[in-house]
Amino acid sequence: MKVFVPGDSGAKALGADEVAAAIAAEAARRGVAVEIVRNGSRGLYWLEPMVEVVSAVGRVAYGPVVVGDVVGLFDAGFLTGVGHPLALGDVEKMPFLARQTRLTFARCGITDPLSLADYQALGGLAGLRKALALAPEAVVAEVTESGLRGRGGAGFPTGIKWKTVLETASAQKYIICNADEGDSGTFSDRMIMEGDPFVLIEGMVIAGIATGASMGYVYIRSEYPDAVRVMREAVRIARLNGVLGASVLGSEYQFEIEVRVGAGAYVCGEETSLLNSLEGKRGIVRAKPPLPAHKGFLDRPTVINNVISLASVPVILDKGAAYYRDFGMGRSRGTIPIQIAGNAKFGGLFEAAFGLTLGEIVDDIGGGTASGRPVKAVQVGGPLGAYFPRELFDTPFDYEEFTKRDGLIGHAGIVVFDDSADMLKQARFAMEFCAAESCGKCTPCRIGSTRGVEVADKIKHGIEPEKQIELLKDLCQTMKFGSLCALGGFTPYPVLSALNHFPEDFRPAPVAQAAE
Amino acid sequence: MTQQNERDLPERVTAILGRWLDAEGPLLPILHDIQAEFGYLPKAALPIVAEALNISRAEVYGVVTFYHDFRDAPPGRHVLKLCRAEACQSMGGDAVADAARAALGVDWHGTSADGKVTLEPVFCLGLCACAPSAMLDGKVVGRVTAERLTKLMDGMR
Repeated sequence: MKVFVPGDSGAKALGADEVAAAIAAEAARRGVAVEIVRNGSRGLYWLEPMVEVVSAVGRVAYGPVVVGDVVGLFDAGFLTGVGHPLALGDVEKMPFLARQTRLTFARCGITDPLSLADYQALGGLAGLRKALALAPEAVVAEVTESGLRGRGGAGFPTGIKWKTVLETASAQKYIICNADEGDSGTFSDRMIMEGDPFVLIEGMVIAGIATGASMGYVYIRSEYPDAVRVMREAVRIARLNGVLGASVLGSEYQFEIEVRVGAGAYVCGEETSLLNSLEGKRGIVRAKPPLPAHKGFLDRPTVINNVISLASVPVILDKGAAYYRDFGMGRSRGTIPIQIAGNAKFGGLFEAAFGLTLGEIVDDIGGGTASGRPVKAVQVGGPLGAYFPRELFDTPFDYEEFTKRDGLIGHAGIVVFDDSADMLKQARFAMEFCAAESCGKCTPCRIGSTRGVEVADKIKHGIEPEKQIELLKDLCQTMKFGSLCALGGFTPYPVLSALNHFPEDFRPAPVAQAAE
Repeated sequence: MTQQNERDLPERVTAILGRWLDAEGPLLPILHDIQAEFGYLPKAALPIVAEALNISRAEVYGVVTFYHDFRDAPPGRHVLKLCRAEACQSMGGDAVADAARAALGVDWHGTSADGKVTLEPVFCLGLCACAPSAMLDGKVVGRVTAERLTKLMDGMR
């Protein structure tokens, strides 16, 4: 009998390893033969560790399971899917999953992430096989027509990037996967790498075929040791089975992948800084042009894409550009794995077509706050994303709609804050974070962020607050338009949104007290 | 202790270099491996790396000091990383961090007087839906509370 206990690090953080060990021990004690599969996470983190078994009606789940529940689960007969207070029923029918459109995450949480047989049984490698039968130009055209845009946050059309690299002549080109997922509130890259690593490998191989690149690097942040381990093992298995190597699936194409590990610098998520880091240099941002597509890694033509962008390519090749493009709204096509995080009642991964409103995501799907207090603000898009108040919850999840409201969807992480949040403190943190992580190349970011912290402190202490607020706005203006990359350039988003939407939090202490 | 740690340093560093010299952009993997071998980056290792890669010592030093992960001295017997980023802040991470600093009697990057625990800040472990989060000796912990941290650390030597 199979028992699924997620090996995802989010589940492990909530005790999945201990639960798996307890299930194995209890099964042995009872003389029941069970095979424990460490699947990826389905992304319902409030129910993790979520244990699943195969019953007559399909996969059924129990959760959240702690070690103390294991004996009771066996007593109730959970191996055949019978009732128990922790029973959640048919997994696929759970509303949080049933409402999703899982294209990129189609397999995540279902299989043993390192079983290439499972991967293929669930449609894996179908996209690559189709790509192998096409000319490189046709593969690029398919990705362009799908409307896929960079899921790392910049939203640049993936097909255009690929086309540039395809058309740039060079004996050596590279596919680099940006897996430096540093934004707080985001974990979709981690989930894919831990839960369905072959889909990323498949996407990178397709990118190689499309652009004429034969070498790929996955640059994973060091804060993700589990993802590093699973990806390295997946690469090894892919190589053994001819998915990677001198002849990809027996074709004339060759492709290799190496996994590299970052060293704790947030700015290395910026593509040019990542390239320098991969070359063994300080992670200093490069001025553009030249574009990485022309002169990237070691000055050679380089595709640099986010994990989710690359992991979305196999389904596009498999089912066709039109299938993917028909989801979504406006110029935001396809699906986006939204990550509901922080003080959310139902935190987790929700993949859906673009177009849900922020309110639907936060209140309806996320269930409001975990603390039970009112939602005060949500930060969308990581530490460089804007804080949205309830008044803007009608904003549809779409690149352009968020830009119109002075925000960004970034890597699609949403951090929920309840009414105990102090928005001046959050604005100060944005500046402090920028100061700590600035690469130091440009002055607005390097110096501006430090001055920003000082100004926020003066506001807090009531020292000429009106003057300081003007100064803060001016400083943000300089950072926004004078910085070389998004770190300095986007730090004003959280700062100004906090100031504009929650001005009461920026009043000096005595006034605030008097108002209460 | 340092001398004990650094016994046969040139040979050990050279062995690590041998694994990476054919790689493209080998410096970060080399530094990671040296830190894994010694627990930190010994000063004496850096000139050997510079020589092997045909770059200046200053360049190696510049890279070492750019990245938060690299340390120049041995850490405590255990390393506790607490997430300080927004998702963890929204779930009371700041209070957990304050409690940990008080309990250990150290500030960020410090090691407790008994040499048991080094406390490091980390900005996101990707466990944002089970915040606040921590990593203790490479093992992830979600929904951390001050009590849970105390219990975890009491169980260690």
